[in-house]
Amino acid sequence: MLAVSDLKIHYRTLAGSVKALDGVSFSVADGEIMGLAGESGCGKSTLGKALIRLEERMQYVGGEVRLDDKVLPIADDKAMNPYRFREVSIVPQYAMSALNPTRRIGRMIDELLDARGLKGATLRPELERRLAILGLAPDVLGMYPIELSGGMKQRVVMVLSTLLDPSLLIADEVTSALDVASQKKVAGALVEFRDRGYVKSMIVVTHDLAILAQVADSIMIMYAGKLAEKAPTRTIVEAPAHPYTRLLLGSLPEVGIRFEEKRLPGIKGRPPSLLSPPVGCRFRDRCPLAFGKCVEEPPFIEIAPGHQVACWKADAHAQG
Amino acid sequence: MLKVENVSKVFRSGAFGGKKKRVIQDVDFEVKPGEVVSLIGESGSGKTTVGRMILRLTSVSEGRITFDGEDISALKGASLKAYYRRVQGVFQDPFSSFNPIFKVGRVFRTIRREFLGDLDKAAWEERLSGALNAVGLEVAALDKFPHQMSGGQLQRLLIARALVLDIRLLVADEIISMLDASTRIDVLNLLGDLKRQGLSIIFVTHDLALGNYISDRIIILQKGVIVEMGATDKVFGDPQHPYTRSLLDAVPHLHELWSEEELKDLGLVADTARFGGHLIEHRENHLVRVYS
Repeated sequence: MLAVSDLKIHYRTLAGSVKALDGVSFSVADGEIMGLAGESGCGKSTLGKALIRLEERMQYVGGEVRLDDKVLPIADDKAMNPYRFREVSIVPQYAMSALNPTRRIGRMIDELLDARGLKGATLRPELERRLAILGLAPDVLGMYPIELSGGMKQRVVMVLSTLLDPSLLIADEVTSALDVASQKKVAGALVEFRDRGYVKSMIVVTHDLAILAQVADSIMIMYAGKLAEKAPTRTIVEAPAHPYTRLLLGSLPEVGIRFEEKRLPGIKGRPPSLLSPPVGCRFRDRCPLAFGKCVEEPPFIEIAPGHQVACWKADAHAQG
Repeated sequence: MLKVENVSKVFRSGAFGGKKKRVIQDVDFEVKPGEVVSLIGESGSGKTTVGRMILRLTSVSEGRITFDGEDISALKGASLKAYYRRVQGVFQDPFSSFNPIFKVGRVFRTIRREFLGDLDKAAWEERLSGALNAVGLEVAALDKFPHQMSGGQLQRLLIARALVLDIRLLVADEIISMLDASTRIDVLNLLGDLKRQGLSIIFVTHDLALGNYISDRIIILQKGVIVEMGATDKVFGDPQHPYTRSLLDAVPHLHELWSEEELKDLGLVADTARFGGHLIEHRENHLVRVYS
């Protein structure tokens, strides 16, 4: 189980520090697939990356991350090494760039395992078994990445990332670059691996709420470096309490909705700059419900079991 | 207006180009004024190639493409320029369409120099602000660098760039796939507004929900072959070809969940491609490929 408390990560830039993650607390239970959604720049990818490896310009400012009751030393690049791949693993957005184009896939995987002090050959049967679960023949190990489609590469990387049964898997926009058919297969693969216990908990980072509605147990919505809402998937989809969540859901063109008949509204404006974020609720400039009290920052509080929201008007609107 | 007549595309591959690969096979359709036609298919279905042939970025191997009755492959020099005054394209990645070291206004100056040199300053500025207005941007936006703008804003600028030319057909190739859900809908609504003003749009996408939202007609491509085409409500409301059905089944819905078997079904859609067959009229404005 993963527990994050008050995590703060900033980006160093010439203009000052960008508060990409500004005090985020949540937990993910064993066996839970948590979806993490929001617009670009809301901090969702920063959160995903922070749990496994801080990039050079990312600066740890505060907070604690505990995985299975051990503190993850995320601020210490070297101390994190024993945890990476074994305890925390990631499937990056572009699987194509995660595979070495000059190596056959099997050889690349062997080299990678050897570098980690594991014997590639001993893990080969398990590797082949898991590839088969995701509908990939062992032949793919003899192929070069260029011979596989985007969806197949994504699944190969998924098998590789989870080969050591990590406790936490971060799937960063894994379906975004794929067409619908491959998207569905990758989504199914995530659930399959959770059900088989290869991964205990998962954070699926994406801007595609429809995919999350299918695979996630809970969904967490971020806005401008803060948490806006977290709830079980059905609650987020059927009875969202935060106005931002509602607008986000309202801007999805589902099959069956036509421009001619029903023009979807979208969300006016853009997220605020995180160099000097506004005081109070960060969504208030774009929010149709904003009122005087929004100049104070709303706390992220539980309005129903498992349903947390940061909005002064959340209670009044939780029903509607 | 635009007619794509039995077009095929053959790429040469292998050493010395000895092998031939047919990526588009007898694609035939028409785009009328003010009509939005979506080309939908998986990666490798040839939808982008069709768009590129219409923009003359790739040559046509067999068949022909005509615009107002004129074969576009014969155009060159002044007549080609006149074609690009009426037909323009916008592509998937807005960031790679701009040179990052120049302000975004540069693309508009290039357009003026190349196509609208005869316009005086006042007329040009009027046209420019009109085009920017149509996409919901202000002239001040031209003084920004690409990195200072969001993907959605850049994409709208590129549409404005096309509108400056009084175009009649826009080829929009996956123009919103890289954008956020909230910005996506802005760009889609913009396309809808432009269509109302009479612009024809070829909307290339793999996202069926987006295609459905905006288009009058849908063309489903599988491995370079049209398997189904017709009015949007007919093709999506009552799909006839198994490929169209499987694509629609793979679209995730918010309120309707896949069953466990559906979710974990790894059947490979693309592998069901069948060769041959021919399109028949299933009913008015709805063609389906059948195999005998």
